Amino acid sequence: MSGPAEDRSGQVNIRLPRMLADEAGGVRQLSLELRRDSTVGSLLAELADRYPILGRRLRDETGALRRFVNVYLDGEDVRQLAGLQTPVKVGDEVSILQSVAGG
Amino acid sequence: MTTTADRTAGDLTAGDTVLAIGTKKGLWFASSSDREGWTLSQPHFLMREVPSVALDAREGKVRILTGVRSEHWGPTVAHSEDWGATWVEPDHGAIQFPADTGAALERIWQLQPDSADRPGVVWAGCEPISVWKSTDGGQHFELSRGLWDHPHRSAWGAGYGGAAVHSVSPDPTDDQQVHVAMSTGGVYRTLDGGKSWAPHNNGISAYFMPDPNPEFGQCVHKIARDATDPNRLYAQNHHGVYRSDDAGQSWQSIADGLPSDFGFVMLAHPRNGDTVWVIPLVADGERIPPEGKLAVHRSQDGGKTWSRFDTGLPTSCFNAVLRDAAAVDSQDPTGVYFGTRDGTVYASKDGGESFSTVAEHLPDILCVRAVRVP
Repeated sequence: MSGPAEDRSGQVNIRLPRMLADEAGGVRQLSLELRRDSTVGSLLAELADRYPILGRRLRDETGALRRFVNVYLDGEDVRQLAGLQTPVKVGDEVSILQSVAGG
Repeated sequence: MTTTADRTAGDLTAGDTVLAIGTKKGLWFASSSDREGWTLSQPHFLMREVPSVALDAREGKVRILTGVRSEHWGPTVAHSEDWGATWVEPDHGAIQFPADTGAALERIWQLQPDSADRPGVVWAGCEPISVWKSTDGGQHFELSRGLWDHPHRSAWGAGYGGAAVHSVSPDPTDDQQVHVAMSTGGVYRTLDGGKSWAPHNNGISAYFMPDPNPEFGQCVHKIARDATDPNRLYAQNHHGVYRSDDAGQSWQSIADGLPSDFGFVMLAHPRNGDTVWVIPLVADGERIPPEGKLAVHRSQDGGKTWSRFDTGLPTSCFNAVLRDAAAVDSQDPTGVYFGTRDGTVYASKDGGESFSTVAEHLPDILCVRAVRVP
C-alpha cells in the first residue's frame, strides 16, 4: 500500500469517507495493487486484511456490503453493476460513501 | 443540578456514583458524589446508538463494555478501563457469527457480567436471537450453539424492536443455570452452561397468538432474578407481570395492585429478596404512563402488594421507559435510575421513593447502568 503521491499504473485508488479515516490509519485515500482478477469484493477483502476494523465497518461477517454503505466504481454504484463481483481495472477509482440514513 | 464536564464526567474519586447512559445517538456518563448533584460528560460514540452497556466492577476496577451500533457501519463491542478516555475494539470484533451460521450480528441488546465469583465471565444477548459467553472480560464471545441450533428457532418472531435475546440472567449459585428472555420466544433456561435450552413460559400469556398459552412464543420484555432466592424470577411481559418460584418452570401473575400490566422495566433489588420495581405503561397500544403521570412502582413482598412513587417525576409525560433504560446501584439505600425516550434521566437515592433529574434533552435513552467508583 502507498499514499496517493506514489500512485502508479497497476494500482487502483480507493477513497474513504471522513468518518472512516481513523480506521485506515488516518488517511482518506489509499491505493491497492490490482491483480488480474480483482473485483470490488476482492479489494474490500484486501482492505479488511490490512485494516480489520475498517473491513468490519464496510461488510458484515458474511461478506455482504452493509446496507447503508455505498461503493462507487468510477462514479457508478456497484449495486447497479455486478455488486461485489464487479471487476476493477487499472486506473479505476473506488469511492466508498455512507448513504443517506438515520435521523 | 447538573453541570457538564469533559468526556470522562469530571474528576472521579472513590465512592462517587457513575451512570452510563446509552442513547440513540451516543453514550454519556453522569457522576455524582451524593447522588443528587450530577456532572454530565460530553458524548461518546456520537451519532451511534448504544443499546447496551455494562459497568463491570468485579475486579477492583471498572471495565465499561458497550454495545455500539451505527446505521452505516454496523454493530461492535468496545471497552474502556479509563472512563471512556480511550476505547478498545478488538480488530476482528468481540462478537462475530461463525461462518457456518450464515448470520451477521445486527445489534447487541444486552451485556451482562456474571456473578462476582466468576470474574471475566460476561454474557451477551444479541439480534438475531442469540446468546454469547465471554470468559475474558468481554473481549471475545462464543456463540451458544445450543440456542442457535434450537429446533424452535424457525418459530421465534420479532418484536417491534427486532428479534433478539434482550435479557440474560446467570444464576449466582449454579454456574450451569442461566435464564434468557427473547422477544418473541419468551423465557428459556439452560442447566448445562448453554449446551441445551428449554422454554420456561408456563403461565405467561401470549394474548396476541391464537393459543394464548403456548409453550413458547411469548413476548417477555424483561426478567430479573431475586436477590436472595436464585430460583425466584420476575418478568415484565407484553401485558402481564409475573413471578416464578421454581426457576421459571411455572409463573404466577403479580399484576394485581398495579395500574397496568404493560411495561418494559423489571428491576430486582441487589440484596433484599422480594423487592422489585416496575414502571407501568398503559398498554401495548398506548405506551405512555397511566394518565400521563410518570411513576415507579415498588413491591417489597414479591409482588403481593405494590407502592406507587412519583415525587420528583413529571405529571405530564407521554414517553416510554425502555427495558434496559433502568438500573439499580449497589448502595444503601439502593439507588434507582431510569431514562425516558424524551432523553430525561432520573435518579433516586432512597430506593425509588423520590427522584431528581440527572439530565434532560438527551436522545432517546436506551440503557442506563450505575456503579460506585472503587
